[in-house]
Amino acid sequence: MTTKFTTDHEWINIEDHEAAVVGITLHAQDALGDVVFVELPAVGTTLKKGERAGTVESVKAAADIYMPVSGEIVEVNEKLAAEPALANTDPLGEGWFFKVHVSDMMQFDDLMDAPAYDALLKTL
Amino acid sequence: MSADLLHTPLHDLHLELGARMVPFAGYAMPVQYPSGILAEHRQCRHEAALFDVSHMGQLLLKGPDAAAALETLVPVDVVDLGLNKQRYAFFTNPQGGLLDDLMITRREDGIMVIVNAACKDADLAHLRARIGQRCEIVTMFDRALLALQGPMAVHALARLAPGIEKLVFMTGGFFEIAGCACYATRSGYTGEDGYEISVAAADADKLARALLAQPEVKPVGLGARDSLRLEAGLCLYGHDIDEKTTPVEAALTWAIQKVRRPGGARAGGYPGADVIERQLAGTGVMARRVGLVGLERAPVREGTALVDAHGHKLGTVTSGTLGPTVDHPVAMAYLPLDHAIVAHEVYAEVRGRRLPMRVAAMPFAPHRYFRG
Repeated sequence: MTTKFTTDHEWINIEDHEAAVVGITLHAQDALGDVVFVELPAVGTTLKKGERAGTVESVKAAADIYMPVSGEIVEVNEKLAAEPALANTDPLGEGWFFKVHVSDMMQFDDLMDAPAYDALLKTL
Repeated sequence: MSADLLHTPLHDLHLELGARMVPFAGYAMPVQYPSGILAEHRQCRHEAALFDVSHMGQLLLKGPDAAAALETLVPVDVVDLGLNKQRYAFFTNPQGGLLDDLMITRREDGIMVIVNAACKDADLAHLRARIGQRCEIVTMFDRALLALQGPMAVHALARLAPGIEKLVFMTGGFFEIAGCACYATRSGYTGEDGYEISVAAADADKLARALLAQPEVKPVGLGARDSLRLEAGLCLYGHDIDEKTTPVEAALTWAIQKVRRPGGARAGGYPGADVIERQLAGTGVMARRVGLVGLERAPVREGTALVDAHGHKLGTVTSGTLGPTVDHPVAMAYLPLDHAIVAHEVYAEVRGRRLPMRVAAMPFAPHRYFRG
């Protein structure tokens, strides 16, 4: 299981062992509506799990992006910053937000797997 | 969604069209359809958008004294309003604040008043208490109100009601549209050419389906309605104007005709006239509503603090988003008069950063009304 999910409707994937990729879920982009702006963290900053790492905004609303795990930001998706609609059209692929060097794999392991996240969505 | 929300006559149609329903002023209303707010916004700017605004309150004031009576509640010329002419107005309170903003139309059968959904019960009580003895107040809260807005609205509607294209901005008339008896005005709240159509609840679904069957028309929700009216520089009651803002502070003095101002034949005589007249003369105005354009990309939203270059608080944003047509952040706010100057720069405090914004003339997107 290389992709996990948070209660803030973000996904994190550690297929690439150098850095985990973080984005928002299909449910998150659907709830937000058309994304018109994203604010990404600065590369090189180290943030703790749960800290605000960025913002995603639609015409109607703004939502914070939180760190799913603690770690250093090693890359951000500049293409998403230039083309925020990617968060809607391909949230699990080209619409990724940033890459983080995970400092504590225990935090990753504690997140929800896909069946657990699907179960959460059914309660909403 | 809460079961005690009211439904408009088009509720089933919204569900059938896949609308996302949200509570608004006690009603379940469509905030968007599957196409999404950006596409719906563009639909209205480029083609024709059908909005359900049946939650708004429709009233008819009847009797020979109705116009003069209504003038005791609004600083607007109602008496001289010609047959089938429409005018923007507002109810004021004794402090000169705004109780609600409204549209007034003189019809053959009386003066039609359209008020905001959230205010309609208070407005009705106000009308009954203040002028209930002078005219008959007929509530038409069960009637539907459809807005067809956009540059192609006239083509779609004229196909169903030939002759309706002859109406000019802010005029109206009785028409049969798709077999339904309607009162239509050439007006709206998007900045585009278009119509607002009052129709009996029983006919609303039939009329809406006939309009949606036209190739130019698609359904558009309240989400896009908000971004459209903001780009058009139009106030949203309860946000950009309220009982604490006067028409002078709200930059709505264009709606106060000469005849109701000092020196005019029917000057004053409405609640708060003393305050508003003093402000019209230039005293007692502390702040004025302005338009703001963001110089960076981040949307600046309602409630955001505005500061000067030294970090001193100047005011608060009352409405704001990234304008889909103008493609940059737009907002409205009240600023002290020495900052309420076009091209003046202020800063919006967003997530610990100060984003530069420039005071700009409104509308942000040009009005494209049909004036004949």
